[in-house]
Formats: sequence, structure tokens, C-alpha cells
Amino acid sequence: MSAEPSFVPAASLIPADAPFPKAAKVALGMPQLRKNLAHATGTIRAKRAAVAGELDDWEALRDAAAAIKADVQHRLPELAVEFERNATAAGAHVHWARDAKEANEIAARLVREAGADDVVKVKSMATQEIELNEHFEAVGLKAYETDLAELIVQLAEDKPSHILVPAIHYNRTQIREIFDQKMGDAPAGLTDEPAALAEAARLHLRRRFLSAKVAVSGANFAVAETGSLVVVESEGNGRMCLTMPETLISIVGIEKLLPRFTDLEVFMQLLPRSSTGERMNPYTSVWTGSRGGDGPKDVHVILLDNGRTNVLADEVGRQALSCIRCSACLNVCPVYERTGGHAYGHVYPGPIGAILAPQLEPGRHDDLPYASSLCGACYEVCPVKINIPEVLVHLRQQGPHQAGEQAAMRAATAVMARPRLWRAALRGARLGSMPWRRKGFMRRLPWPGSRWTVSRDLPVPPKEDFRDWWKERGR
Amino acid sequence: MTARSTAREEILARMRQALDGAGAAPGSPRAYRRLLDAGTDITAMLIDRLVDYKANVHHGLAAIGAALGGAQRVVVPADLPADWRIGGAEFVPDTGLSTADLDGMDAVLTGCAAAVAVSGTIMLDTGAAQGRRAITLVPDHHVVVVRREQIVGHLAEALPMLDPTAPQTWISGPSATSDIELQRVEGVHGPRRLDVVLLDD
Repeated sequence: MSAEPSFVPAASLIPADAPFPKAAKVALGMPQLRKNLAHATGTIRAKRAAVAGELDDWEALRDAAAAIKADVQHRLPELAVEFERNATAAGAHVHWARDAKEANEIAARLVREAGADDVVKVKSMATQEIELNEHFEAVGLKAYETDLAELIVQLAEDKPSHILVPAIHYNRTQIREIFDQKMGDAPAGLTDEPAALAEAARLHLRRRFLSAKVAVSGANFAVAETGSLVVVESEGNGRMCLTMPETLISIVGIEKLLPRFTDLEVFMQLLPRSSTGERMNPYTSVWTGSRGGDGPKDVHVILLDNGRTNVLADEVGRQALSCIRCSACLNVCPVYERTGGHAYGHVYPGPIGAILAPQLEPGRHDDLPYASSLCGACYEVCPVKINIPEVLVHLRQQGPHQAGEQAAMRAATAVMARPRLWRAALRGARLGSMPWRRKGFMRRLPWPGSRWTVSRDLPVPPKEDFRDWWKERGR
Repeated sequence: MTARSTAREEILARMRQALDGAGAAPGSPRAYRRLLDAGTDITAMLIDRLVDYKANVHHGLAAIGAALGGAQRVVVPADLPADWRIGGAEFVPDTGLSTADLDGMDAVLTGCAAAVAVSGTIMLDTGAAQGRRAITLVPDHHVVVVRREQIVGHLAEALPMLDPTAPQTWISGPSATSDIELQRVEGVHGPRRLDVVLLDD
């Protein structure tokens, strides 16, 4: 039995602006959501492990990818200018946007200049990050999402909950209901077979693809050496958007640069295997400026900063810019698997979101580095070897600490620095916790200890501590 | 200064400032494979991977007719070799057909630029016998001919065979999605049927 009616948009129940512990608590109380997440992440974990295991040079590929990305970060100004030069020479118009507002305004202006008032969209994290759809809506333009999962989320008036599969929190039955009630032209007698649902999406979008004047995309990679962009996808909606319209606007984070075309030999082995658990995704498109008689005539690239140069300035945190948005870290994270993406309150959820969001928007997501048990599974699967636990700890150190916590730490420092005081404190803790000895843990401490036990249990100290045991042993 | 050049200069300045004192990047170790083990039967591997991703595989020129199935109208690139036009279908050369014309085609028949065995990937770069991108996208059935010398084992061997600045499409099986419960199902917006004809004899 599900507690929530099947397609109440999950984002409407989970408060996006609440601190993570509060939002997570709401998500944890949604059994259907947890079931859907456990099923989907379990499926993808097994597939990823199988195809990563097929390559005997997987670790060498990760090392190469991490090094190439580090090189890109160190040479970002030079590579951005090289990309601009080569893309421009191939007929693209390159724009620069300092922040979300600037990128949205450029995109909206370009749509109007093309004589359109709607666009088809390829799934893009950058456009979600800058809330392009919302901006378009506000200025009287309409963006139609064409990726199946994005379409589901848009029809349900929900928000994405996963980087790769934004509708991961819905199962097939819920998706059928969303199509049935919100699509407008869903076939009669639609079943919840995934193939039937995919067919419904095909019919729904086909005419729009074949008549669209303008498309908006992101890019997985931007090759400096050639001025090329790369989009990696499965359904063919990307190919439709990148090929059929007259005008193409691609919004690309500056961290997406790669030095050389042949660097794709590394990333196009790692990305599909890490994200969908496939040896290769069904479709990859590469284009360079505009090509007479083939594809869009007007090709625009908007290079986006929107906080990325802040991230670049932190020598530990900078590695978050290596992310290729595969979402393997979400799928293995014990926290993400239970809370889902909405609880993070940011477009990038999961472990990568916990290190990216607070750096992209300083001061706004200081609670996210704590949304982790530091188990390190994310680091192990990351195809570009981002040391997420290292950055989490770094951000915890940098983030604000409340006066009470600082006082507690100072007190602990003082006690631990004095052996006699420390022994007395341990004795006191053993005596004080006697009533809970059989249970083994304490669920609630009185204030101020309650601040600690509000989200975790406190284990009872052992009967004998190490010092006593050592002393005994010496006798 | 215009808004564009202001934004450009400001972003570049922010990058340089962020990197102040960062020093040079460490070198890029490239100890990964660029070739499969000698003796690997790459044609057999390609077939295995194509079939795994639900493409149909045929052998020899004569099989093109069968691969096209019951297609009546088949769009072909204007430079498609004449001896590939096999079977009873009407072959329509692409001389700038409209989108509506393309939508009326039952299938498309092309060659390719390269095929990668390890991932079952067919690569198009709009070169010889491939045509523009729209013709391999709009029809629901794609039949692609792969010559033996176009088959390589590894992705790293295929990239130098492509024109890097030409529009490219890398195809691994028919259109598919994993968006519903992360299970792969075939068939969304791209061609839902992919037939590969190997000229391997």
C-alpha cells in the first residue's frame, strides 16, 4: 500500500528550501518513493559493476580522466579561448554568461530573433541549474522537454530527482497515470509496459520535432581543439533537437572543455558504462559550428560561469569541476538511496551535489556536506576519481559552525589535553550511562546533548576502556 | 565595451584569478588500452555486441534486400554505390528532400565511417555513402552497410578514422531508453529498427 496517492508530485511534498535533515525526514516517510528508489538504484548498480568489470584497464582510464580534467582546470582560460576561436571559425556564435540571469536572457533573445516562441529541449543539467524553463515561461516563451524522464517530470509538474533519470522516483504504474491524465494525446488503453509508455512519448513529440524552429541543448563535452560539442543520449530526442531545427542554442558550463578530440577515447568509455551501465549509449552526436545543408543553420554556444570560477578558486574543492554528470555516485550512496534527490534542495543531488551545490552557491547549502556518512562508495565508483569524501570534510571545515558546537569542541579539547580530567570524564560517562547498558545505546540525551542525538543514537561507552585494559594487560 | 565582451573579459579574468598560484597541471598518464589483445576476432565481437543491443546482423551484399524487409520507399544518399540497391524497394536518392518527404520513407540505407567491436558502435560522419544526418534519423528503419576494413576493435582506433569537424553520429543499437525504472527498452524517437549488413566475406 502506498501512503501517497501515486502521482502527487514528490517535489510538492518535500520542502526544497528546508535544511537537508528536515526535508530528508519527509522523504523517508514516503514508502513508495523509497521502494522506487531502492529498485532503480539496485538495478543500475548491478549493470554498472558488470560493464565496468569488462574492461581490464578501468583504473587506468579513471587515472587518465582525472588527469585530463585536472589539466583542463589548470588551463581553463586558454582552452576556453581556443574553443571560442575554433567554434567561431566553423560558423558558431559564441556567447559568454557570467550567471544564470545573463544566460537565460541571451537564450530568450536568440529564440525571439529566430522568430519563435517555443523551443524543443534536450535534457541538460546546465539549463536546469539556471532554471531556463521558468525564465522562458516568465517572458512568454515555452520550452518543451523531450527526454522521456524530463517529459514525465514536466507533465507531472514535478522536479527532477536524479541527474540521469529525473523521474527515478516514479514507477511504471505512476508514469502511466501521469501520461493518461496530463499528456492530452495519450493512446486509449495505455498500459504500464515501458515499451508502450515509450511509444506514447514518441507519438506525443514526433510532430513537434519535425516542425520545431529552435532547439536548446547542453553538452557533455566541448572540444577546444576543434570547437566541437558532444551530446550523449539514448532515445534519439537529442538527435532530433540537434538536427531538425534551424536554430540551435547550446548552454555549456565552462568546465565541460576537453583539450583534444581524441580525449573522447577516455571519456566515452567511462561515461556510458558509469551512467546507464551500457558499453555505449545508443546515440552520440558531435557537431562543429554549422554545416551547409546539414542541421541547424544558426548555431549558438553560451559559455556559462554561474559560480564555476568560485569552485575553481578552491584548490581542494576544484576537483568537483571534473564531474561528467554520470550519477554513479548517486546510485551507490546509502543516503541518496533512502532520501531521493528532492531532499537535497538543489538541482545536483547526491554526493556530487553535496560538494558542488555549496561551492556553486556559497552560503546557501552549508548543510549538504553533512548529508553523508563518509563511507566513500562514491569515490570508488567515480569515473573521474573525484575524492568526494575529501571535499566533504574540507567543506565541513570551511563551513559555519554554531557557537554551541564551537564551545563543545573547545571544552573537549581542554579535557582531552589533560589525562586526569579525561580519565574522570570517561568514568563519569560510564556511570552516567549505567541505566542504558543493557540496551547498548541512548536515543535521546538532555540538552545540549540533544542536539547530537536528534539525528543519531549515542552508543553507551564500554564497561572497560582501552586505558584500563592496557593497564590490566601490563600486570 | 559591449555586454558580450564585458562578460567574456570578466569570466576570463575570474578564471585567471582563481588559478593564481595554482602552478602547472600534473601530466596526463595514459596507461589505458588502445588496442584489443592480438588475435581477438573483432568481427565476431562486433556481431555479439550488436545483437546484444537488439540490432539485426546480416552477411554479404545480397542480404541487403532481406535487411530492408518489406520497406517500399527507401531513402539513400546520392552517392550510395549502385550495386547496394538490392531488392524490390524504390530507392529515393536524397537531393534535399523535405522533412515531410523523409517522414514518408519506410527505411534508409547507408554506409558508415567506422564500426567499433568492443561496444558494438557504428559511426557516421556524413562522409561517403552516408548522407546528411536527417536521413538516418527520420525514417524508422536504418539499414547500414559495414565493410570489413571499417571494423576496428577499440574506440581509440576508430576516432582517427573520423573527420573530427564533420557532424558525427555514433550509433549503438536502435533507439532506447532506460528512463523507466532504469530498465533498457528499445524504441523511442530514433529509428526503432537497426539492421547491419557486414561485407565480411
